[in-house]
Amino acid sequence: MIVTKNLTKRFRKLTALNDISVTFSSGECVALLGPNGSGKTTLIKSLLGMVVPNSGTVYFNKKLIAHKWMYRNQVGYMPQIGRYPENMTIAHMIDMMKDIRKADGKKHDEELLTSFGLTGIMNKRMRTLSGGTTQKVSASLAFLFNPDVLILDEPTAGLDPISSELLKQKIIKEKQNGKLILITSHVLSELDDLITEVFYMHEGKLLFQKKLSVLKEETGEQKLSYAIAKIMRDLPA
Amino acid sequence: MKKIVKYVILDIVQNKIVLIYTALLLVTSLTVFNLENNAAKGLVSLLNIILVIIPLICIIFSTIYIYNSAEFIDLLVSQPLKRRTIWLSVFSGLSVSLSLAFVIGIGIPLLLYHADTTGIMIITMGLFLTVVFVSIAMLAAAFTRDKAKGIGLSILLWLYFSLIFDALVLFFLFQFQDYPLEKIMVLLSFLNPIDLSRVQILLQMDISALMGYTGAVFREFFGNSTGIVLSFCGLIAWIAIPLIISLKKFKGKDL
Repeated sequence: MIVTKNLTKRFRKLTALNDISVTFSSGECVALLGPNGSGKTTLIKSLLGMVVPNSGTVYFNKKLIAHKWMYRNQVGYMPQIGRYPENMTIAHMIDMMKDIRKADGKKHDEELLTSFGLTGIMNKRMRTLSGGTTQKVSASLAFLFNPDVLILDEPTAGLDPISSELLKQKIIKEKQNGKLILITSHVLSELDDLITEVFYMHEGKLLFQKKLSVLKEETGEQKLSYAIAKIMRDLPA
Repeated sequence: MKKIVKYVILDIVQNKIVLIYTALLLVTSLTVFNLENNAAKGLVSLLNIILVIIPLICIIFSTIYIYNSAEFIDLLVSQPLKRRTIWLSVFSGLSVSLSLAFVIGIGIPLLLYHADTTGIMIITMGLFLTVVFVSIAMLAAAFTRDKAKGIGLSILLWLYFSLIFDALVLFFLFQFQDYPLEKIMVLLSFLNPIDLSRVQILLQMDISALMGYTGAVFREFFGNSTGIVLSFCGLIAWIAIPLIISLKKFKGKDL
């Protein structure tokens, strides 16, 4: 579904992405892991066309994405820190997004809006919302248009346990619908029942991309967090 | 594109600064016309406001607005929209709302008190200046990531066009006063949108005689319809060129 070839991005001296070539196919739920500043968000943003890579290409459904925009109709993106126009109410925001993205024939998926209890506070302005509520809005917007690809950057950061469980259930449901889901997170324990594949980055480089089952087998661990810890220990410093 | 322009305008109106700006212009223009019993005198006072205040407010408000809507622009970029559409929508939204403020604040009183070709020329030039300085603000905002730097750059640009450029021209004139510079002066005025509008308005006011021989040359060049068309073209270039450069910059920007 998404293929990148030799993707490289430099911010002045810092190489955020170093020659990344990967394939993400639909039906998978991929965890993008790696220490802070290893280039996960940069990778996500270059898939979305928000960051323009210095070299390399990204294909979406076998089509080049450079300077294209239609493909984003099929992508739902939940940013790490959702920043929204302050003066708009939640209802305004949702209406505006619906207005901009006319879901072609697809129905709007308002499940998260209801289950997060956002429908009751639709008239609140974005600037008055707490961090967690803003995250809920971001998540609802990402799922709203029933996209084929979901890109979630630290989706559960700042969410209370109940909401984060709700979001997890939603992610599992969409995975079963055959969608491609990319997640970055530092809370490995909650990824266990979600993901099918692990993509590990270090200092802008791809260290490995493996199925979760293969990874568990190789390390002999049952939990993702232990498996990753073991690999990180074995890394040459 | 229309949808996004609509949301930008909605956002600007909610911002209230534009409403205050409109009221301020309205109060000023009504005061100016009611203070003097001679409407022509009022026109001259108004001229200075248009040539100094309008560019200043337009460039600063637009720059700050673009920085403050960075979140909004981020959000739109991750949606199925062309970057060109987003950038041009922000530009159109700013231009339309600031032009509307100008028309209500200065255009309507001007037409009430002084509805002749001079009045219409002043309104046209005011509208041109509004859009030109929105376009220059887009340029300043596209090139600097830092908000303080961007606003500083806008203020510098405004200072350049309204003071420094004229000082440089005067310096140049005195240095080369032994040579015939009248034709060059016409060319130089194309390098500054404020000068271009000033010359057109002064010619309409029929006080170009005060400008001596250069005034006569200006009259000969700008006074006829070809000259008016040429200066309009110059102003359109002042809108288009900064906008196109900023669009190019924005298309390759990392967000």
